Amino acid sequence: MQISMTVNGNEVSSEIEPRVLLVHYIREVLGLTGTHWGCDTSNCGTCVVLMDGQPVKSCTVLAAMAAGHDIRTVEGLATGATLDPVQQGFMEEHGLQCGFCTPGMMLTARALLDKNPHPDAGEIRQAISGQICRCTGYATIVRSVQWAAAHPAAVAGAGLEGAAEVLDGTDTVVEDVATETDDAEVKA
Amino acid sequence: MTVINERESNPAAGDPDRPIGYGRIQRKEDPRFVRGKGNYIDDLVLPGMLHGAILRAPVAHARLVSIDTTNALSHPKVLAVITGKDLEGLKLAWAPTLSADVQAVLVTDKVRFQGQEVAFVVAEDRYAARDALELIDVEYDVLPPLVDARKALDADAPVIRDEIPGRTDNKIFDWEIGSAAETDAVFASADVVVSQEVVYPRVHPAPMETCGAVADFDPVDGKLTLYETTQAPHAHRTLFAIVAGIPEHKIRIVSPDIGGGFGNKVGIYPGYILAVVGSIVTGRPVKWVEDRSENLMSTSFARDYIMQGEIAATKDGKILALRTNVLADHGAFNATAQPTKNPAGFFSIFTGSYDLQAAYCKVTGVYTNKAPGGVAYACSFRVTEAVYLVERMVDVLARKLEMDPAELRLKNFIKPEQFPYANKTGWVYDSGNYEAAMRLSMELAGYEDLRREQQEKRAKGELMGIGVAFFTEVVGAGPRKHFNIVGLGMADGAELRVHPTGKAVVRLSVQSQGQGHETTFAQIVAEELGIPPENIDVVHGDTDQTPFGLGTYGSRSTPVSGGAVALVARKVREKAKLIAAAMLETRPEDLEWEKGRWFVKGDPTAGKTIEDIAMAAHGTLTLPEGVDGNLDAEVTYDPPNLTFPFGAYICVVDVDPGTGHVKVRRFIAVDDCGTRINPMIIEGQVHGGLTDGVGMALMEIIEFDADGNNLGGSFMDYLIPTAMEVPDWETGFTVTPSPHHPIGAKGIGESATVGSPPAIVNAVVDALAPFGVVHMDMPCTPARVWAAMQGRARPPV
Repeated sequence: MQISMTVNGNEVSSEIEPRVLLVHYIREVLGLTGTHWGCDTSNCGTCVVLMDGQPVKSCTVLAAMAAGHDIRTVEGLATGATLDPVQQGFMEEHGLQCGFCTPGMMLTARALLDKNPHPDAGEIRQAISGQICRCTGYATIVRSVQWAAAHPAAVAGAGLEGAAEVLDGTDTVVEDVATETDDAEVKA
Repeated sequence: MTVINERESNPAAGDPDRPIGYGRIQRKEDPRFVRGKGNYIDDLVLPGMLHGAILRAPVAHARLVSIDTTNALSHPKVLAVITGKDLEGLKLAWAPTLSADVQAVLVTDKVRFQGQEVAFVVAEDRYAARDALELIDVEYDVLPPLVDARKALDADAPVIRDEIPGRTDNKIFDWEIGSAAETDAVFASADVVVSQEVVYPRVHPAPMETCGAVADFDPVDGKLTLYETTQAPHAHRTLFAIVAGIPEHKIRIVSPDIGGGFGNKVGIYPGYILAVVGSIVTGRPVKWVEDRSENLMSTSFARDYIMQGEIAATKDGKILALRTNVLADHGAFNATAQPTKNPAGFFSIFTGSYDLQAAYCKVTGVYTNKAPGGVAYACSFRVTEAVYLVERMVDVLARKLEMDPAELRLKNFIKPEQFPYANKTGWVYDSGNYEAAMRLSMELAGYEDLRREQQEKRAKGELMGIGVAFFTEVVGAGPRKHFNIVGLGMADGAELRVHPTGKAVVRLSVQSQGQGHETTFAQIVAEELGIPPENIDVVHGDTDQTPFGLGTYGSRSTPVSGGAVALVARKVREKAKLIAAAMLETRPEDLEWEKGRWFVKGDPTAGKTIEDIAMAAHGTLTLPEGVDGNLDAEVTYDPPNLTFPFGAYICVVDVDPGTGHVKVRRFIAVDDCGTRINPMIIEGQVHGGLTDGVGMALMEIIEFDADGNNLGGSFMDYLIPTAMEVPDWETGFTVTPSPHHPIGAKGIGESATVGSPPAIVNAVVDALAPFGVVHMDMPCTPARVWAAMQGRARPPV
């Protein structure tokens, strides 16, 4: 069957088998492998993407059901070199270790902050309670989301170490200093 | 020295020169992960790649009567269907395990556990491979299963491994350590003896990413490139050479980003071998990635120890001796990953943190109709079981003596001046200050106040529990002369190159599964050489690019590879000294080191930075006698001993008297891992392990019904803590460096997994004290807690 949807702001259109899961469509047809697949039973949440701004588990959504909708994956969080504050927060507060649950966690956090820009720790825990992280013990994820809430303006350039180096051929000390400064402000 | 929720700042925050060495810095690997640009096994797509799927046995014990693959082979997208018979022809039906046993790659004669591998389909796509599994027709002759390990040695028990000539029972091994006679003598004359059966049930590491592989066999040059989720790429290369008969120089193992390991990704699973066979048969790359049920049902489980513990003490609370008899359920094949001479891993550290007169343990390993495995889930080669036993037993003794459990521990700790301490089962603990850690933990918890609050709550009928646990970990095997895995000595290599412009690359034999090696190993080089961590690339996980070593498990990366990296950096530093002396036209002994620079003693202005030296080493400078060009070095580090991190944990729980639900209200963890490289990463490792502990203590279990059906085969059934089940962790630390480690560091990856389950169970049992409960087995689910409150606490079947 033929389906069309918007993924990270781009119109996509494909001929697929009706049974194809959204997670497999995103990963294998569109090649966006930042969305992961972890359990098949909608318990783990590594496959979370945003559908019309709401977190959904893409292992239990058929690609056909997403037709006509607006999908946002982890690849759509940053704008070029500019990271979403949630992405920056996860780096600042060690909200990830192996990184496998991270895309889903960050998308849920983004959806939460869009609705509630100043969530308390309990609200953050509630928001991510449908997702499992096996590495972090969640406290640092809560802190990461709090960091993002405290820094709603995106941080330009942070984290693009390799790319910046290739682009301008210079060392990339500046962006990291910028993030340290931000960190200092938080502590102050 | 210590704060709750420790947040050490970056030592060079605000310093444009950037931090050089240890301290809290962001992880170098994070930028790719937060952008969804990690490179996990299932992200890999090779040209022409096919997909494999495994048909698994629906029953636990059955003769294989026949397999008909005709319909599957006629599926238009199927390229191959491989059965045990095909593998027999290739001499690959059975593969050696990591414990000198063999394991069926595909069933040839008999199914021995539910979920065992029966056939392998290779098809054009993932969905077609799954479809074809439905088209394979298998006939089984079902046999009575052996599910209960306690019945494994009964005369009428079905013999699971009847393919082994002469085998008539299910015993794998009897293993003992310590002196039975001395221990019996101490017990005979002790004032107080308490005994308790303590069960550590079967659990599963269940990393968020399941296991998988992409095999790419090049038929022209005969080279196999195997991408796989492995924590030990070099050991896998050697084992594949032995198993598959492919010359070792024609095998390249690549371990990409790994979505969590926890010991689940140490062994070689049939799926990896089948992907290789599939690639050889079809001449195309073959991907196999298991689904969650396959992961939970067939890959390495953890624990499954039934322990009879006995503790002897004086009436005023001096612990004298420990004795234990263990029944170890190893499943259908003995595939435990552990140092060869230790069939029970490091369980012999069950003497814990206490100064004992005698200790003895005996472990009997048996086969059952369950999945193989055994050493996994951050267990440090079964230190988890050992610590759980001793820490439960100490609490049982405290109850008997009517002593405070913290006080009883304080009374019996090995004292700082007793280190290095030789325990009664052959370990030499390197360093420790147990009392300091315990007192700090009590201070952070507000222990006295908590006990007062508990009394008040009890008076009102509320069930509050305070659990105390202290652990000594043993991590970082070798030395190689004492520890090997299938004959491979447990040592690790490191190779360091400083490029002409002063940037460096360090190559490791270990592999990260989320521990942040790309950051911490760069920090070790930075500390030793003065090159900023962001100018040091860490290469790991590719056997063609890295030196040999045994890999990451048992918290051994920092104790072993960390030592290797520090030593290789020092070797480069010494080489740099000779070159600097030539550049400065002085004698090497006249030079002094400061981070990043050699200078002339007494004349700090006359010096050469590591960058200057690197350029000179690659340039036209006339090098001193005996110094070759370039600035690089290689070492293999064979540790003289393991390291012994420790910690003091206090857990506070509230039990709902109406439902038996346990809420972990607070958890205070004081850890000592010696020298701290990156406190942010250490804290993260501890948090993760504490969460594992909540899982095991309260939720996680792989149970089986009487027919051998796995009752924990999905995340609907195997429950893992979410953000709702865990508290905001409170951590603190002490620093007692390892005296023998090059940088004084000890491992930290598994400490919290080892130490937290007894703290939580001790808290639950403490909460249930008004009901006379002295012990209950994990997991303390509402139903089990409720049963315990009704006087029906029992071990799991």
